[in-house]
Amino acid sequence: MADRPLRIIIAKAGLDGHDRGAKVIARALRDAGMEVIYTGLFQTPEQIVQTAIQEDADGIGLSILSGAHMTLFPLVIDQLKEQGAEDVVFFGGGTIPPEDAVELKQRGVQAVFTPGAPLQEIVDFVEARCGKRRELVG
Amino acid sequence: MAKMIDRASGLGAPATPEFEAQHQAWEGSAAAGRPRVGPGSGAVDRTISDVPLKAVYGPQDVAHLDLARDLAYPGQYPYTRGIHANGYRDRLWTMRQFAGFGNAKQTNERYHFLLSQGQTGLSVAFDMPTLMGYDSDAPQSRGEVGRCGVAIDSLADMEVLFDGIDMGKITTSMTINGPAAIAVAQYIAAAEKKGISRAELGGTIQADILKEYIAQKEWIFPPRPHMRVIVDMIEFCTAQMPKWNTISISGYHIREAGSTAAQELAFTLADGFAYVEACMAAGMDVDSFAPRLSFFFNSHIDFFEEIAKFRAARRIYARRMRDRYGAKNPKSWQLRFHTQTAGCSATAQQPENNIVRVAYEAMAAVLGGTQSLHTNSMDEVLALPTEKSVEIALRTQQVLAYETNVTNVADPLGGSYFVEALTDEMERQAEAYFAQIEEYGGVVEAIEAGFFQKEIAEASYRYQRSIEAKDRVVVGVNAFARDEKPGDMDLLKITEEVERAQARSVQDVRANRDAANVRASLERLQRACRDPKDNLMPHLIDCVNAYCTEGEITEAMVQVYGRYTERSVF
Repeated sequence: MADRPLRIIIAKAGLDGHDRGAKVIARALRDAGMEVIYTGLFQTPEQIVQTAIQEDADGIGLSILSGAHMTLFPLVIDQLKEQGAEDVVFFGGGTIPPEDAVELKQRGVQAVFTPGAPLQEIVDFVEARCGKRRELVG
Repeated sequence: MAKMIDRASGLGAPATPEFEAQHQAWEGSAAAGRPRVGPGSGAVDRTISDVPLKAVYGPQDVAHLDLARDLAYPGQYPYTRGIHANGYRDRLWTMRQFAGFGNAKQTNERYHFLLSQGQTGLSVAFDMPTLMGYDSDAPQSRGEVGRCGVAIDSLADMEVLFDGIDMGKITTSMTINGPAAIAVAQYIAAAEKKGISRAELGGTIQADILKEYIAQKEWIFPPRPHMRVIVDMIEFCTAQMPKWNTISISGYHIREAGSTAAQELAFTLADGFAYVEACMAAGMDVDSFAPRLSFFFNSHIDFFEEIAKFRAARRIYARRMRDRYGAKNPKSWQLRFHTQTAGCSATAQQPENNIVRVAYEAMAAVLGGTQSLHTNSMDEVLALPTEKSVEIALRTQQVLAYETNVTNVADPLGGSYFVEALTDEMERQAEAYFAQIEEYGGVVEAIEAGFFQKEIAEASYRYQRSIEAKDRVVVGVNAFARDEKPGDMDLLKITEEVERAQARSVQDVRANRDAANVRASLERLQRACRDPKDNLMPHLIDCVNAYCTEGEITEAMVQVYGRYTERSVF
């Protein structure tokens, strides 16, 4: 059992201002007892990963509804590798067509949630994956 | 002859002993009824926005309404029953499908298709870089070019977008806010190059910057300088473009961000009144500009609540415009609005079900008296719509207009105990919000305090929780779900090649223009930005005609006004 709560970054990247989903997820994770840092809008992949490292976060959830997901998700993965933070659990969601979700998962996004995904499913996922990471990394 | 009832103008008729006995008998039998069980039974006593509902409505619920004061007839103040005496009998709403993707040429082809299929107006969807004032080759634009709309970097793109389209005949709506004044300048310049004068141009520019800070988040400058740009644009268009709707004050995005119906209504009208006050403060006569103001609402899935919202919007607006702002021209009292069905009500699961949702939402908009309508396509929750799904969405409107006969009678729900009581409740809730906003000192102050943002975040979380708890059913999501395999639907793909080609194209524009003219026009624009008495629009038109790009024009203005950053709350 971790002695401090899981810490999760909820991020918005690119020029996309749709923040309803990101904020609802942030609230739900907080209500589930996690520490949530919401980055606000218009973050670059570099900034998102830097925030995660500075905050010693267990996971990053990225929300994209503008169609730029196939560019921005891989850029975050590149940054995680470059900045030596590949152990951070990376998941996301938005208006993402099923085939794209499959491809993103192959490229290292651990889960992709689309509109209608139950909050509890997301909370369960984050608790399980980030909890496992905590056990490994400490 | 029957005895005249001694009630001058009340909607609720006084109860006779026989009717009162019926009422009491109903109360008795309703109390004895057992509540429904099963999916969705947790929310039978309230609307999707948590407005409490009774099991039935009667004359006692509308007894306080005065027929002359609160309803009148269609086409009469306070326009609760619509702004046209004949409803849709003499003129249907405008069927206007929002469209744009990839580059200007691809979108131009979609427009030609839609017009050939009987669509009666155009509506431009811009991509994110265009909406935020960045050129397609800017680092901020990576991955976003042409994705959720069309990329328009300069006048060259606007010329291609309207190639072969008679800009003097067709009306065009442009959904853009931060750079709205630049888009209008581009539209004017493109038309004038074809020999069509700006006075002939009909259409709408959204230009509603206040709701960007509240909900949609596509801003450039901070609120105060942004208001100056908008007021300049309204003043210019009012004087030179008599057929142009100078602003489209929008609740759509407020609702999509998760607000309730009453919040959408209240915040949108509050924004509208803020523009009215800003224009009046700039010295404009209210009757000079108010007739060209227009609104844009969401039509969500709670059928009667939406109809009540539209009817209340007209009544509140008419009263305020006449009584508070002293407008004398009836056109200034009439709230005209566009409607779009609720994107946020669509589901990624069983996407074909969205066709049905859209049809109900469209009918609510029409029963609420909309002037124009966009019906969403079933696949928009996954990607930009394909031609096939756009066609179904347009056909949905045509079936509604030509087959259902709901258009044959003006305001067919007028006088319904329930609809009138709910309309009244919407007005009451909106007035309560107006009082709260006034306590902050106005809309801009309430934005700066994060009031709207917090109210919306709360409502959206509450709604999501009610879905999670299965108090409400979303078909195919938390009930009646089935396993789906990915790739069941054909989706529109925007390739990365679009981005590369568009970046090259804007670089070509920069290489093939008179650089001195570019510099000079941008400098004149910056001087005008510093001089509140110099209207910005003529300078923007000069910049556009010099083929300055949108990014260059925006950057020149940002150097004077700064860029806005939000304090995020969740």
